[in-house]
Amino acid sequence: MPPKKQDAGSNVSAEELLGHYREMLMIRRFEEKAGQLYGMGLIGGFCHLYIGQEAVVVGLEAAASEGDKRVTSYRDHGHMLACGMDPKGIMAELTGREGGFSKGKGGSMHMFSKEKHFYGGHGIVAAQVPLGAGLAFADKYLGNDRVTFAYFGDGAANQGQVYETYNMAELWDLPVIFVIENNQYAMGTSVKRSTKSPSLWERGAAYGIPGEEVDGMDVLAVKAAGEKAVAHCRAGKGPYILEVKTYRYRGHSMSDPAKYRTREEVQKMRDERDPIEQVREMLLTGKHASEEDLKAIDKEIKGIVNEAAEFSKESPEPALDELWTDIYATEVPQEA
Amino acid sequence: MATEILMPALSPTMEEGTLAKWLVKEGDKVSSGDILAEIETDKATMEFEAVDEGIMGKIVVAEGTEGVKVNDVIAVLLEDGESMDDVKVADKGQAPVPADKEQSSATAPAAAMSHPAPAQIDASPDWPEGTEMKSTTVREALRDAMAEEMRRDDTVFLMGEEVAEYQGAYKISQGLLDEFGAKRVIDTPITEHGFAGIAVGASFGGLKPIVEFMTFNFAMQAMDHLINSAAKTLYMSGGQMGAPMVFRGPNGAAARVGAQHSQDYAAWFMQVPGLKVVMPYSASDAKGLMKSAIRDPNPVIFLENEILYGRSFDVPVMDDFTIPFGKAKIERSGDDVTIVSFGIGMTYALAAAEKLAEDGISAEVINLRTLRPMDTETILASVKKTNRCVTVEEGWPQGSVGNYISSVIMQEAFDYLDAPVINCTGKDVPMPYAANLEKLALTTTDEVIAAVKKVTYK
Repeated sequence: MPPKKQDAGSNVSAEELLGHYREMLMIRRFEEKAGQLYGMGLIGGFCHLYIGQEAVVVGLEAAASEGDKRVTSYRDHGHMLACGMDPKGIMAELTGREGGFSKGKGGSMHMFSKEKHFYGGHGIVAAQVPLGAGLAFADKYLGNDRVTFAYFGDGAANQGQVYETYNMAELWDLPVIFVIENNQYAMGTSVKRSTKSPSLWERGAAYGIPGEEVDGMDVLAVKAAGEKAVAHCRAGKGPYILEVKTYRYRGHSMSDPAKYRTREEVQKMRDERDPIEQVREMLLTGKHASEEDLKAIDKEIKGIVNEAAEFSKESPEPALDELWTDIYATEVPQEA
Repeated sequence: MATEILMPALSPTMEEGTLAKWLVKEGDKVSSGDILAEIETDKATMEFEAVDEGIMGKIVVAEGTEGVKVNDVIAVLLEDGESMDDVKVADKGQAPVPADKEQSSATAPAAAMSHPAPAQIDASPDWPEGTEMKSTTVREALRDAMAEEMRRDDTVFLMGEEVAEYQGAYKISQGLLDEFGAKRVIDTPITEHGFAGIAVGASFGGLKPIVEFMTFNFAMQAMDHLINSAAKTLYMSGGQMGAPMVFRGPNGAAARVGAQHSQDYAAWFMQVPGLKVVMPYSASDAKGLMKSAIRDPNPVIFLENEILYGRSFDVPVMDDFTIPFGKAKIERSGDDVTIVSFGIGMTYALAAAEKLAEDGISAEVINLRTLRPMDTETILASVKKTNRCVTVEEGWPQGSVGNYISSVIMQEAFDYLDAPVINCTGKDVPMPYAANLEKLALTTTDEVIAAVKKVTYK
C-alpha cells in the first residue's frame, strides 16, 4: 500500500471523509457491543472502552503507511480496529475464545497482530512507551524508514519511564511518535489533580523533542498533525510528540461509575464535540453523502459487529492443553 | 620513621595485581598525591598515588612483577635524613598483615575456596575427548562468547551502562566497541527501566539484544519489563511474538558492597514461566551457556558473579562450543551424599567435597548451570544412588532454590532418602558491610561440611 495522502481542511475528498466516518463508527459500534457482551457476562475481567476517542486512532492511522508499527495500553480495541485487525478476532479474544487474536490467552488488554504490526495491548501503565521506542530502535538498526506510534494516556504521562524513554529516543534519533491521548482523566483523577504542568507535550522540550497539541475530536486535524509527525520521523529527525486532546464518554473500565465528573460535562462533549457527528455534519452539509447513504453504512457496520459478536460466542473456549503452549518459543517468532 | 608502601586493593574483589610500572625511582622526593606507580588489576590499569611525603628509599617489587598480593610491601618511603640502612624490610610475601586479616579479608568468599579437584568422572562431557584446552578467565569467556555470536548474527547487539567506551564496568565487553562499532555496542544513560523496555521493544521488532545490567541489583528498576513485558508476551500473544534476548550482569554478593549491592536473585527469576535462568560457575560454563543464551528464542536471565570473573578455568578450543540449557554437570562423582549447587555456590560445594574426601566421605557434586529449565533428572538419579542431599547457594533461605529442589526430591525420591535434605543458604539478613559479619552472612564451606556430616550421620 503506498503512503496515503490528504490535504487538511476544505479539500478533503468525499471518499476520504466517508472512510473516516466508517472507521470511527466501526469502533463506536464495536465498543457498544463489547459493553453489551460484558453486561451479559460473556466478557470478563477488565474491559476499557474507547468510545469518544475514535478520531485519535482513525486520524493517525490515516497518516501511517504499510509497515509502520503501533503499540498502546490496555485501552486498545480502537487501535486494533483502526489498523485493520479483524473485528471477529478481537471480539473473540474479549470473550476468551480460541478464535481470538491470542487464542483466548491474552484478553482485552493483551492482544497482538504481527501481520498488522500491532505490538499490544499492554496492561502496565506506560510500559508500552519504551517498548514503542524499542520497536523504533529496531527499525533504525535495520535501516528501514518505518515509524512507530507509541500511544499512552495523560495518566501514563506522569510515569518515570516515559521520560527515560524521551531522553534516549531523542539521544538516538529514534523514529517514534509519542501520542499522548489526553482524555483528561487518569481513571478517576483529572489532569488538574495530577499535575500542575499546563501541557503534557511541552515536557518533551526538556529533552529536545518537538511536539504540539492537537484537537483530538477533529479527525482531520489529527490526521494533519500525524502527517507532520510522520514526516519528521521518516526524515530521520528523531521522535515527535502529539498531545491529542480527547474525551472518553464511558468510565475508565466497565466497573467505573464515573462519579468524578458530572453527567452534564459528558453530555456537553457528546453534543458539541463528538468526532463522528462532526464528520457526519461535514458529509451532509458538503453534500458528499445523503442520510440514506449514511444509514446504509450504519447498517453495514452493525452487520459486521453483530457477526463479530456471533463469532465470539460461537468460537469454542481454548482447548485445555493450550494452558501449556506458547510459554517458550522453539524458534524466534519475529521477522527480522 | 620509614613508611612501608603496600600493594593497594583497587576494587572490591581484587586479590592481587601486576605492578606494571614505577613512575618514581629510588632517591626521588615524593609528595602526597604524586603518582607512584601504575598497577594493573584484572579490570583496568590504575594509577597509584602517594599518601605520605618523603624520599623513595627502596623499591621492593620491581616493575613488571605479576601476581603481587594485596598488602604486600612494594616500596619503602624514608623521612628526611633517614637511610635504608636504618630500615629492615620484610621479604616480599611476608608483609606484616593484621592477625585477623585472613578472617576479615574483603575477599572472604575467595579465601574459603580451595582449588577444585579435576572432576573424577564427568558423566556428561561438554566437549569431545582430546579437545585442546585453553586457560581462560570467566570474564574472557563471556566476552568471547558475545563476540562470536555477534560475528555470527548481525541482529545481536549489546547495550547497557558503560559497555562501550568504558569497555564495561567489569570489563566484560572489553574490545567489543572496537570490533563491532557504536551501532552494536551501545552506551546507555543510567536508566535501567527505560533501556530495558527499549531492548524488549527492539526484540519484538526483530533484533536480539544483550542487555548488561551493571549489577542485577539495578535490574530491580527494570523488573516490570523483565517479567511483564519480556517473559509474558509470547503467551499473551498466543505465540505470535516474544522477546529473544539476554539480560546479563553480575549477581549476588561481591565483597564489602553492602546490602543494596549484594543480593542473589536466582530464586526470584527462577520462579517465572517464560524466562530461562542461567547461572554459570566455570569459564567453560560461561562461554558455552552464553552462546546458547544469545541463540535462544526466549528471554534469558544470565546471572554472573563478580568474584568469579577473574578466575581461570580450562575452556575447550572449538569453533563453536555451546552448552545446552537444562543439562547439569556432575563435577565430581561420589557415593555417600549428593551436593547440588550452581554459580559461586560451586566453590563451597567443591571445597567441601575435597575436605570430606579426607574424612572418607565421598560426595557427588552437581553443578546445575541452568535453574530454569532445571535438570532435576540428574539430581534425582544421584540422590537415588547416595540417598542424601545437601544444596548450596548464597541466596536467602525462605523460598530458596534449595527449597524447590528439596520439594522435588520429596515428591520424586522420598523412599530413597535416608535423611532430610539440608539447604545451605545465605543467612536471612540484608548483607552487612562489616567484613566479619559479611563472612557470617554468606554460606561457607564449613557449613556445607557440617550439613553433609549431619545427613550422613557422621
